[in-house]
Amino acid sequence: MAKAASPKRRSSPKLKKDEALKYYRDMLLIRRFEERAGQLYGMGKIAGFCHLYIGQEAVVTGMQACLKEGDQVITGYRDHGHMLACDLDPKGVMAELTGRAGGLSRGKGGSMHMFSREKNFFGGHGIVGAQVPIGTGLAFSNKYLGKDNVCLAYFGDGAANQGQVYEAFNMASLWDLPVVYVIENNMYAMGTSVERHASETELFKRGISFEIEGEEVDGMDVYAVKKAGERAVKYARSGKGPYILEMKTYRYRGHSMSDPAKYRKREEVDDIRSHNDPIDGLKEQILAAELSTEEDLKAIDKEIRAIVKEAADFSLESPEPDPSELWTDVLLPVEA
Amino acid sequence: MAVDILMPALSPTMEEGTLAKWLKGEGDKIEAGDVIAEIETDKATMEVEAVDEGTLAKILIPEGTEGVKVNAVIAVLTEDGEDAGSVTAAPAPDVEKVSPVAEPEVLEAQAASDAPAAATLTNPDIPEGTTFTKTVLRDALRDAMAEEMRRDETVFIMGEEVAEYQGAYKVTRELLQEFGPRRVVDTPITEHGFAGLGVGAAFGGLRPIVEFMTFNFAMQAIDQIINSAAKTLYMSGGQMGCPIVFRGPNAAASRVGAQHSQDYAAWYGHVPGLKVVAPWDAGSAKALLKAAIRDPNPVVFLEHELLYGLEYDVPDLEDYTLPIGKAAVIREGTDVTLVGYSRCTGFAMEAAEKLAAEGISAEVIDLRSIRPLDMDTIVESVKKTNRLVTAEEGWKPMGIGGEIAAGVTELAFDYLDAPPARVTQKDVPLPYAGNLEAMSLPNADDIVAAAKAVCEGM
Repeated sequence: MAKAASPKRRSSPKLKKDEALKYYRDMLLIRRFEERAGQLYGMGKIAGFCHLYIGQEAVVTGMQACLKEGDQVITGYRDHGHMLACDLDPKGVMAELTGRAGGLSRGKGGSMHMFSREKNFFGGHGIVGAQVPIGTGLAFSNKYLGKDNVCLAYFGDGAANQGQVYEAFNMASLWDLPVVYVIENNMYAMGTSVERHASETELFKRGISFEIEGEEVDGMDVYAVKKAGERAVKYARSGKGPYILEMKTYRYRGHSMSDPAKYRKREEVDDIRSHNDPIDGLKEQILAAELSTEEDLKAIDKEIRAIVKEAADFSLESPEPDPSELWTDVLLPVEA
Repeated sequence: MAVDILMPALSPTMEEGTLAKWLKGEGDKIEAGDVIAEIETDKATMEVEAVDEGTLAKILIPEGTEGVKVNAVIAVLTEDGEDAGSVTAAPAPDVEKVSPVAEPEVLEAQAASDAPAAATLTNPDIPEGTTFTKTVLRDALRDAMAEEMRRDETVFIMGEEVAEYQGAYKVTRELLQEFGPRRVVDTPITEHGFAGLGVGAAFGGLRPIVEFMTFNFAMQAIDQIINSAAKTLYMSGGQMGCPIVFRGPNAAASRVGAQHSQDYAAWYGHVPGLKVVAPWDAGSAKALLKAAIRDPNPVVFLEHELLYGLEYDVPDLEDYTLPIGKAAVIREGTDVTLVGYSRCTGFAMEAAEKLAAEGISAEVIDLRSIRPLDMDTIVESVKKTNRLVTAEEGWKPMGIGGEIAAGVTELAFDYLDAPPARVTQKDVPLPYAGNLEAMSLPNADDIVAAAKAVCEGM
């Protein structure tokens, strides 16, 4: 069995009620949204590739809590969670999954390709690892323009083997660019376990030869993520250059909807789900600290379900893109 | 025995240079490896090291001499004990007659660029009375970048050797001095990485100019150019414009072999979301590069190393730009339309001159842009001439010529009096050997032959 995300002692921060409930709500929104997306895929309403984030919710939720106005986020194709964490409208995300006019890319991008300049979410990239140099370029623009903003560039353990990732590491370190590389190590690059695809399985060490600091983080614990994230973001924002966080996490579903996940045992998934689930873990912490009651948390769940239902309904009611959309957005007009 | 010291070729495309300075004098003892002279090319100043040891018996080319051909004898070395006086009678070489190592096409391109009619005809949209300044292509490109960098603080250039080294082909010469290292950025040799970084910088509000030392190396980066730069606007429903210029020399240089000698016009021309420009003369190149830098879309700007050092008339017009996607009729004619881009436009101009001598009136179109492709201008010309010859340095299959021929048959089938002809590189990886390389690449005579064939029975 992959030795990740091993059930270990959770961080025991002094929880603040508002913060804890926000994380709970944000993670639950991603979980329920993805469950519904999976369901719609099964119904044939969502097509193509669809990579669900279920199990990894603590990573993006904790990291998002470290950012300030103007900081950028970029990721790969397992991106719905990042979009929701960046406050993109769930209706627009779901309608993009169903390929409708109401989708964030007006139905022309799909699951892997959504963006919001307004929310500084730069995608959504379908080519494994391509977002890493692009995110590094966003950091370059921050430094060039004299902004004190940081870019979070997320990628998986599979992408961590791509050559362009190291080209980007080199330049980011050479030029002290404000970028935090968040490696979401969910233990499998599609169907190939980290042990089978990586000569050095401790991916936070991948920056050593570029003099990039790195650390391993329990990616199933939103508070551990946030604590490490704050350190990394502060480091990058202060002008010291890039930072690597390896989030040990796990995805419960297959690589994509068409992946039966035969490369791992059911017990492995069940074990992590029952002992180390990021949402259940936080819920226990909240209840133990008596920040909320079981009943209040159920009310949050109900509220989330309503948001997701609204998103799903919208995604099915929204019309397909107008045929004229076929020809738009290929090139921008040149100003006279 | 006396040994001739020859004017060395310091780059694959060098034909001649200036003997700037002698560092040793007649009668000096010389060890192998000693620096004996300094030579200036249009790109750089280089030191000449002695290969043999002996005594510098006679200097044949005084310092300060310009236009010394490669392989000209510049001095004579005698071995120890040999009488220096014995070489004084050596025949003084005729600087002009020493044959250069460069390929004949290079000289022909030079000749075409010097054609007297070219100045006015290459830029038909220039107002009457405009004056011109002779400028080599590389300096015109540099001027375009410098002007745009002065105009817009978000424009910057990055690439290998663009800053401290002053450009591998000296196209970025003096930009570092004017704009500093923040805006003129030397990168590691990581095309994929810095192309992606450039795309990110464009998304982040900047206007990057990404220089590839040659477009051959951009194959490492082609995923970022196509999947990230070209497609993201569409995939984002119009949100994510990517104002970036990817530029550098494209197609064959001189004797650098198959991996360094490819024309990528057809590759990039295939992709929606990109604009592709491949200029010929310095005036249009400068105007088009300025337009490319201002364009809100990704532009692939294909230059040509063998044209960098050629001098053309550049109009003395303030802030002169040309629209991307518009071809130009640069020579009017009535019998056959010759369409070229980049270096092949020069060949087409030369071919037109030769055809005129044989009584065939050729119209020459400089394509300038590959995408959007200006079929209107081509079709209008073919409706007049009824015959078409295309010329490109790319391979024939799935090429630019095929695309133009298909377009003309779609839009002006009834006007054609002969099947369109395509002049291209031969369908092989470019060979190294001088004779095979010359056979492989298109030239003016190939265009003349093709034009005469389509005009047969006229």
